[in-house]
Amino acid sequence: MRPRVPWLGLAVLAGGLAAWEALSRSVPGLGDYVPPASRVLLTLGGILANGELAAHVRASLVRFAGGYALAAALGVGAGVLLGSSRLLYSFVEPLVELLRPMPSPATIPIAILFFGIGDEMKIVVTAYACTWPILLNTLDGVRSVDRILRRTAATFRVGRWRTLFQVVIPAASPQIATGLRVSLAIALILVTTSEMVVANDGLGFYILDLQRSFRIPEMYAAILALAVLGYLLNRGFLALDGWAMAWHRGATRKELL
Amino acid sequence: MLEVRSLQKAFHPLSGGAPLVALGDVSFRVAPGQFIAIVGPSGCGKSTLLLCMAGLMRPTAGTVLVDGRVVSGPPENLIVVFQEYNKSLMPWRTVLRNVRFGLEGRGQSSTEIDAEARRALDLVGLRGFERHYPWELSGGMQQRVAIARALARRPAVLLMDEPFGSLDALTRHELEDALLQVWGEVGATILFVTHDIEEAIYLADRVHVLSGRPSRVLEQIEVALPRPRHQLKTREDGRFIAYRHQIYELISRETARHAPASP
Repeated sequence: MRPRVPWLGLAVLAGGLAAWEALSRSVPGLGDYVPPASRVLLTLGGILANGELAAHVRASLVRFAGGYALAAALGVGAGVLLGSSRLLYSFVEPLVELLRPMPSPATIPIAILFFGIGDEMKIVVTAYACTWPILLNTLDGVRSVDRILRRTAATFRVGRWRTLFQVVIPAASPQIATGLRVSLAIALILVTTSEMVVANDGLGFYILDLQRSFRIPEMYAAILALAVLGYLLNRGFLALDGWAMAWHRGATRKELL
Repeated sequence: MLEVRSLQKAFHPLSGGAPLVALGDVSFRVAPGQFIAIVGPSGCGKSTLLLCMAGLMRPTAGTVLVDGRVVSGPPENLIVVFQEYNKSLMPWRTVLRNVRFGLEGRGQSSTEIDAEARRALDLVGLRGFERHYPWELSGGMQQRVAIARALARRPAVLLMDEPFGSLDALTRHELEDALLQVWGEVGATILFVTHDIEEAIYLADRVHVLSGRPSRVLEQIEVALPRPRHQLKTREDGRFIAYRHQIYELISRETARHAPASP
């Protein structure tokens, strides 16, 4: 199937940019706070060309990758463990219910105490926030593995570990993927937030620093770059997900018929 | 070969209260290579019996013997085929890899496993569908995959829990004949649970009729119909109709006995 180009959506986007341009140029004084879109785009080209942006993107991506990978390992691991044992879950349930709704940036001061103000702190904070959706989705996925499937593994005398890796985790993988996708956006939020609190590089630091030094077009350009980065990460994830979970889409589509 | 001795199973409701006794006292013996069908009123514990025999559920009392050995977990040479093929097959594996599932991790080389899996798929008439995914196939074909997966292990005993219960009548008849043919070729002992009296008579050497809860074996009826069986001729045979009559009456008497008393 050929991917359809969302012409209507692109038209709305172009319209938005045109309105931004027009308003910024026509409303007196607004241009100081919101420079015209064309100027922001040109500035973006500038900070791209001189390497200023790339250095900050690289710093943020390292933190993002570290935190996200740590969260994926922790969330899937703990989710499988807790999803396999009601007893174990009953021990930690109150703790989970207490910590989960707490806004994750609240962990930044604690992380600074333990890990200082470097990369470790930002990775830990990001990992903490991202672990929850992955853990809870994995937990739910593992719990809802059909008992007919478990009994099938049992009648074939498939051992505990093979059942875990070849039956339970694949069966739960669509929900694990959902958790991973939710966490993708959260990771970027926490990386940016922690960089805004304390850092000397990274997109979060860069944006705040540009604002403080009144480099307003550059600030918008960096924000735009952050949006594009989030978009690209999501697209990359969806491409991977579409490939790995093709069976799930096929199987569930059939059930709808 | 296969023996069930005074098997009992009671479920204790989570809400407390009186336990639900599914299996009262079930006993029977099956000789090697026999095809036994089990019928009974709905909710009589047919599936519970099968799960206990498969070592997938612990009975409250009594024993199951496979090859003279007491069943305490899933026995090596016994495989269960479930009704819900869409839940027992793995949608992330192709047909061939689903059949391979039961053979992997047992010390065989990948080429040997492949050969065994393809042989099993040939048996059920699914050659050419190796690379399909289960969800790309019809229900009947999916159940054939599940049967092939079981056969690939060359089990001595095959326990089947209403395997054709969710298929339409024509597909069901097609699979009944396919199963009889495969059974003739592999010579396994088959225990076939069904709620369809005609299916039981059509397939089996002997039909075990269970009572309502707490269930026991009401009667064991030897089916003296010639093989190979034929969907039309066998079902029109006078003896077939007589068996149907007999079993139907046994079951409806049980159902009436268990019906709530009318006000």
